[in-house]
Formats: sequence, C-alpha cells, structure tokens
Amino acid sequence: MIRRAAHQLRRYRARSVLGPERYVFLAEWRNPPRSGPSGLGLSVGLSLALVTMLLTLPSVLGLYWTDLVNDMMIYAVLALSLNVILGHCGLFHMGHAAFYAVGAYTTAILATRFDVPILLTLPLAGALAGLFALLVARPIIHLRGDYLLVVTIGIVEIVNIALKSNIFGLTGGANGLLILNPISIFGHEIVSPVDFYYFILLILAVTILLFYLAQNSRFGRALNYIKQDELAAESTGVNTAHYKLAAFVLGAVWAGMLGTVFAAKIETVSPGSFSYAQSVLLFAIVILGGPGSITGVLLGAFLIISLPEIFRDLQNYRMLVFGAAMVAMMIFRPQGLMPPGRRRYKVGQFLGRFPAGAALRRNKQLEGADPTALTDPADLPSLADLANGEGKGR
Amino acid sequence: MSYLELRDLRVSYGNIEALHGVSLSVDEGEIVTILGANGAGKTTTLTCISGLVRPASGGIHYKKTALHKTPSHKIVSLGISQSPEGRRVFSPLTVQENLNLGAFTVKDQALTRRNLEWIFELFPRLHERRSQLAGTLSGGEQQMLAIGRALMASPRVLLLDEPSLGLAPIMVQSIFEAIRHINKTGVTIVLVEQNAKAALKLADRGYVLEVGNVVMENSAAALLADPAVQQAYLGG
Ligand SMILES: Nc1ncnc2c1ncn2[C@@H]1O[C@H](COP(=O)(O)OP(=O)(O)OP(=O)(O)O)[C@@H](O)[C@H]1O
Ligand SMILES: [Mg+2]
Repeated sequence: MIRRAAHQLRRYRARSVLGPERYVFLAEWRNPPRSGPSGLGLSVGLSLALVTMLLTLPSVLGLYWTDLVNDMMIYAVLALSLNVILGHCGLFHMGHAAFYAVGAYTTAILATRFDVPILLTLPLAGALAGLFALLVARPIIHLRGDYLLVVTIGIVEIVNIALKSNIFGLTGGANGLLILNPISIFGHEIVSPVDFYYFILLILAVTILLFYLAQNSRFGRALNYIKQDELAAESTGVNTAHYKLAAFVLGAVWAGMLGTVFAAKIETVSPGSFSYAQSVLLFAIVILGGPGSITGVLLGAFLIISLPEIFRDLQNYRMLVFGAAMVAMMIFRPQGLMPPGRRRYKVGQFLGRFPAGAALRRNKQLEGADPTALTDPADLPSLADLANGEGKGR
Repeated sequence: MSYLELRDLRVSYGNIEALHGVSLSVDEGEIVTILGANGAGKTTTLTCISGLVRPASGGIHYKKTALHKTPSHKIVSLGISQSPEGRRVFSPLTVQENLNLGAFTVKDQALTRRNLEWIFELFPRLHERRSQLAGTLSGGEQQMLAIGRALMASPRVLLLDEPSLGLAPIMVQSIFEAIRHINKTGVTIVLVEQNAKAALKLADRGYVLEVGNVVMENSAAALLADPAVQQAYLGG
C-alpha cells in the first residue's frame, strides 16, 4: 500500500518536476495573499467588540463628545481621500479644501435655491468636484514635488477668493449660504449629533472598505510605483499621467461628497471653512499619520482633531505644540507614525526548498516545446568562445 | 527601412543640444551596441526610443510605427522595453513584485507566467531571492532584476543601458551571457555600454557616439580591430 503510494508519487514527480508546490506557487503568484499592518486582518472576536463599541459610543460619550467624534470622522474621511493623492501617489497636493468646497457649495446652492433634497445632491457634489479636479489638475499633472505644492495652494486660494466675491451671484459672498433643510433618509431626518454619528460612521466604513480595495488593486499598485520612481514606472509601461489624474479625480470626488455631509451638518457653508489652513490641516493629518496607510491616516485624524480638544486647557499652546510636533516628525519619523505595512508575497514560504533553474528547465522539457523556451545554457557559446570567433549563430 | 530606425535625431535639454542629428538602424534579431564616452548622448538616444525624451526633430520608426509620436506606455505595449541606466529597481518591493510591475502592460496571465518562469530560468539567482527586497540585492542581482523586469513585458526589442556598470568582471560575463541567451530567443537588442570590449565581443554591429554625433559605424569585429577604437575605447 505504502509502496504503491510512493511509486505513484514518484511517477507524479516525474511528470511534473516541481510537484504540487508548483501549483501553490502559481496560485500564490496570481493571487498574492494580502496581509500586514495595513490589512484588515482583525480576528472575528476583536471585530465584534470593535463594532459593538462603535455602535454604542454615542450613548457613552454624550452629545458634546459625539459631535467632536463626528468632526473627527469627517476629517478622517477627507484625509483618506487626500491620502489617495498624497499618500499613495506621492503628489504634494495642498489644495484639497478646494474640492471639498466645490462639493459643499454644490449642495448648498442646490438646496437653498432649487430646494433639491440634500441626499440627492451628494452624487452631484462628488461629480462636480471630480470634474473640477480634472480641469485644474490636467495642466499641472506633470509638475513635481514642491512645484505642484505651490500651484495647488494657488488653486485653493483662487477658489476661496471666488467664493468670497459671490461668484455668479450664487455663493453668498463672505457670509456664505444658510441651509435649512436637513438630510432625510426614508422620512427620518438626520439632525442630532447621534443621527449624524451613525450616518458619518457608515460613510467612514464604506470609505475604508473602498480605499482598502483600491490600494490593493491594479490602480493602487500603479500609484505605488509612481510614488516610488515615476520614471521607472513610466518606462515599464505605466501611463503615469493617466493614473495621477485618476488619483486626483478619485480624491476630489470623495472630498466633494464629504462637502455635502459637512454642509448638512454645519447648516451653513462659508468661505472660511475651505481655507488654505484647512488644506494644511488635512495635509498634516496624512503626513503625521503615515502617508499611504489607512490606519495611519485614521490615527492622524484622531491625534490632530481630537487631542487639541481633549487638552482644551492648553488651548493657548495648541499651535506651538502642533508646530513643534510637526518639526519633530519631519526629523525623527518622516514616514509618519504608522507607515503602510509592506504587502508581502508569501511565495518564498512554499518554494524555499526547490532548486529553481534546473527544475524549471526539466519541467519545461517535460511539458513539451515552448516557443519562448531557451536553449540549454550549456549548448550556447560562452564569451570566451565568442571571442575566438566561434558559436555565432548568424 | 530597417526594423528600428532613428533618423537625424536632435534632442535638446533646455538650451543645450545633446544629440546633433543621430541616425542609426537596427535589424531584427541583431545585437547593436552604442559606445561612447560619458556625456556622448548614449542614454539620451535610448530614452528617445522608449519615449521618455522627445526629439526636437528627426524621427524614430519601429516597423511602421512612428515612435516619436507614441506615448511611452504604448511603446512598451508595442514590444520595446528598457532596462534603464542605474537599474532603477523598486527598492522597497520584493524581486517578485518588481517583476510583476514589468508585466503591467501584459493582459495575458498565461504569457506572464511563462515569462516569469523563463526569467527565473535565465537568472536562477532571482528565483532564489524572489521574496527579498530589491534594495538589498547586490549590484549584479539588481541588474538581473532590471533586465528581468524589462523582459516581463515580452519585448521584441530590449534596450539595455550600461548593464555592466559597477560590476565585477565575473558578473559582467554572466550578465552578458544572459543577454546572448535573450537574443537567441529572437529578441533584438540595443546595448549601450562603456565596457566597449565586452560589448563588441557580444554585438553584431556597433555605433560610436561622440558629443552627440555618430562618428563611426561598423560590424563589431571591424570596430574591435579598428586602431582608433582601440586607442579611444579599448585602452590602447
Ligand atoms: N535631464 C537632463 N537635463 C539636462 N541635460 C542633460 C539631461 N540628461 C542628459 N543631459 C546632457 O546631455 C548630454 C548627453 O547625456 P547622456 O546621459 O545621454 O550621456 P551618456 O552618453 O549616456 O553618458 P554616460 O556614459 O555618462 O551615461 C550630456 O551633456 C548631459 O549633461
Ligand atoms: Mg548614460
């Protein structure tokens, strides 16, 4: 019995030299396992505890703190949308408030002038912000590093000035627009901080899921390559301009939709909410937390939005501490507090033992002629032979 | 018209003209080497072919396609890929991930798998180190990886920019043997080199560039025997 099994195994091996490992290897190679700190590899128990905690949080916190958590979550989603551009693609974009503004004003204008239900304006706000990003980013997409930074600051300033000067008579100038109609979902109006808490939590969850999928997709890989070495990416066939623009548009669409949520929550939109300082704040959240890391950006949002509130008594020193912290970060931990974990391919684990070259070669012979198959290296002339004028095929 | 043809290329960086009308042609299946001193314009010539740099005038034709009007990512899809000067592997990614990037333009999974297998066969060292970070590879291994990454796109023409740079003689030999293998499978090769001796031994034909001009063009054997070439590039 055992002898027979061993015999069969030998025959199997003879047929396919790499043996079953080969298929594990190929499967792994096609669908690389995703893990690491940026993964969502929480155990079931932990996830359940987390979900329960998140769902009961408002009753524990009370209205004041719930509202603060709402703000924090809005910033977290905004920072995650900036993270696509700044974190994953490495583009120094400091004008994110402009996209956010386009979304918020779209909602405000449609709701106040045309009485459109707020929730209906959400996709439109996203679409317009995306379109706006496409128009402004296209001519500047080839700019690098600090050049891009300066131009994007310019964009947010121009948008701000346009809003203040009541452009097209639509934006209400420096006072902005007052929104009186609340978000209504199936007749349920979202008014209180607790309502908003669940609404924004849902958005945050969807955002995390979506951006997690995006970062592991072909799109996400392309952004990652561009961030690391744009020229090398371009020379291996990545259409860098296209992907950079796509990153901008995705980030802007998301920021635009958050503009709707913000407008509904705050009930007034005015230019002050979309200033250059807001852009800097978002930029800081991403840089502090860890560019390219979802968990890092969430941590960044918590630290930058919540901590100052928690240590309210130190209010006067807030900017001082903030500035010092940023300088310290740049010196000691430029990759952020929680940089993205490496996405590792685990092929090595399965293939550790098999002798690569020879096995692959024999395997190929067994499989029959392959058009791309190489001649056995032993049959080819060495350089020494070539120098002696032998072995030239042509 | 030959397989790959560069006609009267002029390239400027700002006010400085780096190529003053370079013409060269490559036939299918050949190994052509471009030699020249530092700053002669070798890299510029290669990056022009791969579309990373655009000529001010002149044209590049591959089969019937005008490459000087084709975006660089499309050039890769057309079957021309480059192992860039200084290797430029992605240091924080593994060998395997770097190779995967090379197949970015390839939709056919089976083809990608075959390419991967034969690259591992060509460079067993890369297979041993496939889960190692590229930044921790030795210079020679990084060069293998840069070539492997370019091969993942299933090129018909492979552009190599100084693959021997900074490598020990034994490593140069094994890289060059690999290049010969690649060529044997039908891939046309354009090889830019400082190591003129090794390059001419490997190549069919060669061009010599001097400050942006082609000053010599001949069969590799003839260049190897040429006293002027020996004097200038082969160390007497
Ligand atoms: N990006 C650039 N900006 C400005 N000048 C450049 C640029 N790249 C190359 N040059 C100039 O163009 C000329 C040709 O450079 P190129 O890199 O093509 O030379 P090379 O023959 O590859 O030299 P090397 O052997 O040192 O690599 C040089 O004078 C160089 O200074
Ligand atoms: Mg060069």
